[in-house]
Amino acid sequence: MKLVKNAAVAEDGWTTVADDENLPEGGAVIVSLARFKAERDTLVGRNAPLGLRLKSNEPPATVAEDLERFSVIALEFPIFRDGRAYSHATQLRQRFGFEGEIRAVGDVLWDQLLNMIRCGIDAFEVDDDFPLDAFDEAPKLFSNYYQPAAVGGPSIFEKRHGA
Amino acid sequence: MYRYDEFDQAAVNERVAQFRGQVARRLQGQITEDQFKPLRLMNGLYLQLHAYMLRVAIPYGTLSARQMHMLAHVARKYDKGYGHFTTRQNIQYNWPRLVDTPDILADLATVEMHGIQTSGNCIRNVTSDPFAGVAKDEIEDPRPWCEIFRQWSTFHPEFSYLPRKFKIAVTAAEHDRAAIKLHDIGIRVVKNAEGETGFEFWVGGGMGRTPIIAKKLKDFVAKADLLDYATACLRVYNELGRRDNIYKARIKILIHEMGLAKYAELVEAEFQRIRGTVALPDAEIARIQAYFAPPAYESLPATSTAFEAKKFEDRGFRDFVRTNLHPHKVPGYAIVSISLKAPGVAPGDISADQMDLVADLAETYSLGELRATHEQNLVLPNVKLDDVYTVWQQLRDAGLGTANIGLLSDIICCPGLDYCDLANARSIPLAKEIQDRFADLERQHKVGELKIKMSGCINACGHHHVGHIGVLGVDKHGKELYQLQLGGSATEDASLGDLTGAGFPPEKLVDAVETVIETYLRLRTGEAEAFLDCYRRVGMAPFKAALYEAR
Repeated sequence: MKLVKNAAVAEDGWTTVADDENLPEGGAVIVSLARFKAERDTLVGRNAPLGLRLKSNEPPATVAEDLERFSVIALEFPIFRDGRAYSHATQLRQRFGFEGEIRAVGDVLWDQLLNMIRCGIDAFEVDDDFPLDAFDEAPKLFSNYYQPAAVGGPSIFEKRHGA
Repeated sequence: MYRYDEFDQAAVNERVAQFRGQVARRLQGQITEDQFKPLRLMNGLYLQLHAYMLRVAIPYGTLSARQMHMLAHVARKYDKGYGHFTTRQNIQYNWPRLVDTPDILADLATVEMHGIQTSGNCIRNVTSDPFAGVAKDEIEDPRPWCEIFRQWSTFHPEFSYLPRKFKIAVTAAEHDRAAIKLHDIGIRVVKNAEGETGFEFWVGGGMGRTPIIAKKLKDFVAKADLLDYATACLRVYNELGRRDNIYKARIKILIHEMGLAKYAELVEAEFQRIRGTVALPDAEIARIQAYFAPPAYESLPATSTAFEAKKFEDRGFRDFVRTNLHPHKVPGYAIVSISLKAPGVAPGDISADQMDLVADLAETYSLGELRATHEQNLVLPNVKLDDVYTVWQQLRDAGLGTANIGLLSDIICCPGLDYCDLANARSIPLAKEIQDRFADLERQHKVGELKIKMSGCINACGHHHVGHIGVLGVDKHGKELYQLQLGGSATEDASLGDLTGAGFPPEKLVDAVETVIETYLRLRTGEAEAFLDCYRRVGMAPFKAALYEAR
């Protein structure tokens, strides 16, 4: 697997720790919601950056009061057709003002990248042979959009009137 | 009607380029069919029994003469010279080749048309009243709001992978010609006590294997809130709609399972949180409304002597006027319906030559405009009474003069097993048999208003649940069987039909339909009591008795 940010392979300083795995001494880890809930105090007290991985049926609202503790939130796409994480990413950016990294994990494919970006996802965990061209192409496919982006920017409705 | 500006045109052009790239990657094997499927579906491309099928959007059923000429061109160049108007105000081509589809979409883009979101688990092409803008009974033209929905829903990043498809219909008339209560969201344009325009939201209607009539979600959504409120409705559905079973994934099931009150509460909470997020500037509403300003109508007397004289002289014309004309809001004009239910022709089918003729008639006699209806007919919305006779003559000579709008031979019918991958039974040949049995127009008039709707499987593309008489083809142990339903309606008095009982084999179906009709004629209080009213008064028992006791 590789991590892609800004259309380039990025160093991944994060370790995703399985629920039955011991936490490493120090170091940035991403844990599941179940583990976070079970070991909240230990995880929060740990002197290292913390990330959260949400399944597609785990809305960010369930951890609303803790969101500021996370530097990375990984949203799972168990299959590319499961579109719940698009709503979750949008809510993270718009409703909760989350400014950390939102990472798409799971069934992340070429033709869904644009929607992910527009919903506020800015990091992508993909297979090693995933073509980087796809990341170059996605933001260039359309010049303008009818909807406001999750991360700001006027819609066509607004641009028509000088926005 | 609406015209694209540079933003709209760029969006469809860029979409064609994107799809061309996707098709190329598919043909090179870089994406699997499973991965390609939702991409092609969101451009209207299905894989059917014999070939691909391309569904082209006719947003809210409005199209120009120029667009209709392009539809004829596509039928000739890329298909077998005909097209099929559907129950969703779209047109389908049954024989395109995959490699040609980017070119077809490129051709369509030159006349501001596309196949965007005519399929897939996204917000589908928005539908509306085919008489919008010309109907006497509407409070304002609903199409600007439809166009706003079209744009807002196009390539929506959050709502392109919903649990299931999502259909929105809008009406602004007293009489619901858009079947809004059979849609995921149905919207009625209303005015509040202050005279301000707003929207009544209905939610969770639909047909398919679990038919449900929509429930009222909110009495009044203000104009400025329209897209925020719609966003809230969709977001709650996207998060909570079932994804474990595609047959339970529509919003109607979510609402059925969680209850309307709970859904409404979640939507309201989300709406209050996001209010003001999806800007819809007043200037933008005004800009879009300006495109729908009434065309330059002439000042004419309310009646036309020439029209009346021709009605008196020509019986064929008189028949046509009796069924195919509806009152126009402007004196001296009529709304002329073109039936695509000619005997021997699959309901909704039209040849390329006929399309060109209809486009020419629209150009010359209907201020350039046409409509497609969810009952699979076409409409010339702006014909001067003085011109109706000429229009009728030309339609008749082209095989388009069928005088049966609203009568029992004006059957809604899905493509069925003759084309469709999902179908269990044929529908087109059975519709034809019913039409043949009741070929006598006087007999049809004697029966009066009667909507027969036929589907070749439980997905209900032929709207059988809301037919006055609904016919559902099923497969029972490898044999086609046809179930009858009575008493459905898709209008403001929406109701679902009741099953009569055991189904009928194909060779007995037409007899059964005839038995139902004869029973109605026997029971009705008089000609003024239409089939639906009679059924609602007497109930199923006498029909059931007539259908089954003699067997």
